[in-house]
Amino acid sequence: MYYSTDIVIIGAGAVGTAIARELSKYHVRVMVVDKRDDVGGDASKSNSSIICSGFDCPPDTLESQLCLSERAMIEQVVKELDVPFRVCGAIMPAVTQQQMDILPHIYEDAYANHVYDVEYVSPEQILKMEPEINPDVLGGLYIPRDAVIDPFLLVVAQAENAAENGVQFLLNTRVVGISVEHGQVQAVETTGGTIRTKYVINAAGLFCDEIAKMVDECDGFVVKPRKGQFFILDKNTPCKTSHIVYPIPTPETRGKLLLQTIHGNMLLGPTAEDLEDKEDHSVTAEELEGVERDCKKLVPNIRVQDTITQYCGLRPNRIPAGFHIGFGKKTQGYFGISGIRSTGISTSLAIAKYVVKQFQDAGVKLERSFTFQPRRTGIEKFSEASDPRRAELIAKNPLYGRVICRCETVTEAEIVEAIHRPVGARTVDAVKRRVRAGTGRCQGGFCGPKVIEILARELRIPASEIEKNLAGSYMLTGQIRGEGEQGNA
Amino acid sequence: MREMKYDVAVIGAGPGGLAAAAAAKKQGAGKVLIIERDTAAGGILQQCIHAGFGLTYFNEELTGPEYAGRFAKRAEEAGAELMTDTMVLKLSEDGSVVCSNPQSGVIRVHAGAVVLAMGCRERTRFNLKIPGTRPAGIYTAGTAQRLINRQNEMVGKKIVILGSGDIGMIMARRMTLEGAQVEAVVEIMSYLAGLTRNKVQCLDDFGIPLLLEHTVTRIVGERRIEGVWIAAVDAHKKPLPETEHFIACDTLLLSVGLLPENELTRAAGIVMSPVTNGPEVNQYMQTSCPAVFACGNVVHVNDLADNVSTESELAGTAAAQYAAGTLPAAEGFAHCLPGRGVRYVCPQHIAVHAGSCPVRLYFRVLSPGGKTNLRAVCGQQILAERTVLRVSPGEMEHLDLDAAELGNQEIRVEAEEAER
Repeated sequence: MYYSTDIVIIGAGAVGTAIARELSKYHVRVMVVDKRDDVGGDASKSNSSIICSGFDCPPDTLESQLCLSERAMIEQVVKELDVPFRVCGAIMPAVTQQQMDILPHIYEDAYANHVYDVEYVSPEQILKMEPEINPDVLGGLYIPRDAVIDPFLLVVAQAENAAENGVQFLLNTRVVGISVEHGQVQAVETTGGTIRTKYVINAAGLFCDEIAKMVDECDGFVVKPRKGQFFILDKNTPCKTSHIVYPIPTPETRGKLLLQTIHGNMLLGPTAEDLEDKEDHSVTAEELEGVERDCKKLVPNIRVQDTITQYCGLRPNRIPAGFHIGFGKKTQGYFGISGIRSTGISTSLAIAKYVVKQFQDAGVKLERSFTFQPRRTGIEKFSEASDPRRAELIAKNPLYGRVICRCETVTEAEIVEAIHRPVGARTVDAVKRRVRAGTGRCQGGFCGPKVIEILARELRIPASEIEKNLAGSYMLTGQIRGEGEQGNA
Repeated sequence: MREMKYDVAVIGAGPGGLAAAAAAKKQGAGKVLIIERDTAAGGILQQCIHAGFGLTYFNEELTGPEYAGRFAKRAEEAGAELMTDTMVLKLSEDGSVVCSNPQSGVIRVHAGAVVLAMGCRERTRFNLKIPGTRPAGIYTAGTAQRLINRQNEMVGKKIVILGSGDIGMIMARRMTLEGAQVEAVVEIMSYLAGLTRNKVQCLDDFGIPLLLEHTVTRIVGERRIEGVWIAAVDAHKKPLPETEHFIACDTLLLSVGLLPENELTRAAGIVMSPVTNGPEVNQYMQTSCPAVFACGNVVHVNDLADNVSTESELAGTAAAQYAAGTLPAAEGFAHCLPGRGVRYVCPQHIAVHAGSCPVRLYFRVLSPGGKTNLRAVCGQQILAERTVLRVSPGEMEHLDLDAAELGNQEIRVEAEEAER
């Protein structure tokens, strides 16, 4: 099998899908390749879910500039793409004098980053805004425009919209090499075949150094995983905050924060553990205890015992650090993106704009498409509909009347739609992330078997071929009794 | 929105809901509706194809489907209506419920009384915060039981089971019978979580090792689970690193406890017990919301379905009386509290009024023991007393007392091991 295209994007995380959608505004053929079963990559689906105003970026950097640019455009984009988003604002409380002394530096950085709406707040103001914050708070900063989003749905929405506008996605497909002739990219070699192309954009995140090595563009940098572990608490937990609560950062890390996700769960984390193994997705008791300990300093009543899940994401930690976005030095047609570590969701939309500008500046002719359709509508959520609207939904599609995930009130109609959309769900986790079946307190105990049945039915494959996520993550080992044996069991 | 009117609406057609509905009809309720989210009645017993049900209630040994079938027949013959494939979305204080199904859309059911019988759910690996990766092949025992017994799908070949709850032990046997190799049942406590008879019939008879005072310390595998690290634990349930060892497996089943499923109850603002995670009830199984009754595992996790049936009949009878306006009004309340050696008591309250009937207090002890005196006391006064030969937290105990003699007082239930 081989394909022919104009631009190959390697990596379907936040950055890759944002670039794909941006490029779908032009008359250019684009293919996105990702080795995983679904879009959303690693860090792009497992992160703090914040759209940051950029107040705490290193000033005068590309990261800071892109953060600021994205914050200016995100509200329009989430409307276009129907992605859940809430401007909740953030509080950064200082509970020790030492921390109080750091506040002015953060305030100055915010100004240097042109985030001028950051304000000092008194303990009284803080406790009025957020009564669950440590009563020993001495003061703090208020960052009004920091917001929460569903980071995975942002990726899915862009992927769906890009696909509707002609971008092709090749998932479960690993890049094994890049063919270069006379210093010019010719093709991307994948486990799914050869893709002839003039341009390749390396948005492989954690693995971007390995891709860069394929074209000898990995000069003097490596990418190591920085693990972030998180807790998610039951929506019913009594102690919740409405704002993001940031710790005072240290030189090493932004620290462990608390927030209420767009879906109403408290999120605690992340840790920042520098590792070597890019496949190490294990959570550890010691580090999670650290999350609990640190978060309790900010919000003492938080009830970690109400946790319904723990997970981790691996941020791509470029050494040396910093955003690096641009064409290769040696290979014509190669475009590298590296160093997008902690603010990937907060910068991906701006990175996409920046990349297109770089292409244009390099003389690549990109002609506007006037058939580009910017709107994408999300799968309508039964759980959030009014009773009359629910009746309408069921009248139109009776599957809306059958609740499959009882914890999150997700209906069969939503699951079926998630499967049949462009870049649709093929695995149990892909369904879960799109419509939240299995994200509640029973973590798929009740709906899991039904989701497997629905996937098998809709994809017309045996249930034993249904996977949790990555290739090889099979859920079942086969039927117990064949057709002929049933009844004798 | 469709509107329907019933005397009694029962949420859930498991053994509890079916028994409550039949009892409500028997008590004279005109129209009784059972609302069930599954496509058939029977609840979790549909997947419990093993025998062992009905020994106390029917004095014979039945399988889960047989046991549930008897109550489904009773409810049907009594004239209760069953609406399947229907999910209750909201419970209101006044006794109305909003539900939906593919055929009728959104329905509001107005009822004179509502009986909650939604059952319980299983605790997950995340409730226990088990470290490690998140591969495929980790199931709660009940989920695996559903896949195997109802969906004809096998979940794995080499199994480790964490937790010695009843479903876990039953699944150890079931997996073995289907050709899987069960490497071990691992229990963090020093004693069994489930019934002794299940250890004998499901583990001992099949040579499956039970490792008490052990736990899973880490899950290994990126895609499908490849194994678990297990270790012995000290007196504080902390793993002892020097005892840690690896067991290869492709499946981890969890039988680590059940939690009453009370999302509707909580949303309706009904008073909950932090110990049972179910609504607080009186001897009529009436909750803090007078039109709402509750029974079975939604109130407290029962050891035997037989106990659920008995308790649910009380709820159904009382709900019918309430709907008809004949449930005696309480003149006061006695409160039942766990005393020494007891984890919880159910019912938590006893409505006191003229002509009160006998009340059965169900409770669980805190730790296993030999010959034990069980007592319900009020100050120095002993209201009920019984001696049993042995006790276990996995098995429910009970005491019967006469509510006619009670006033507004505190009753403590104690379990004291007799001298050996």
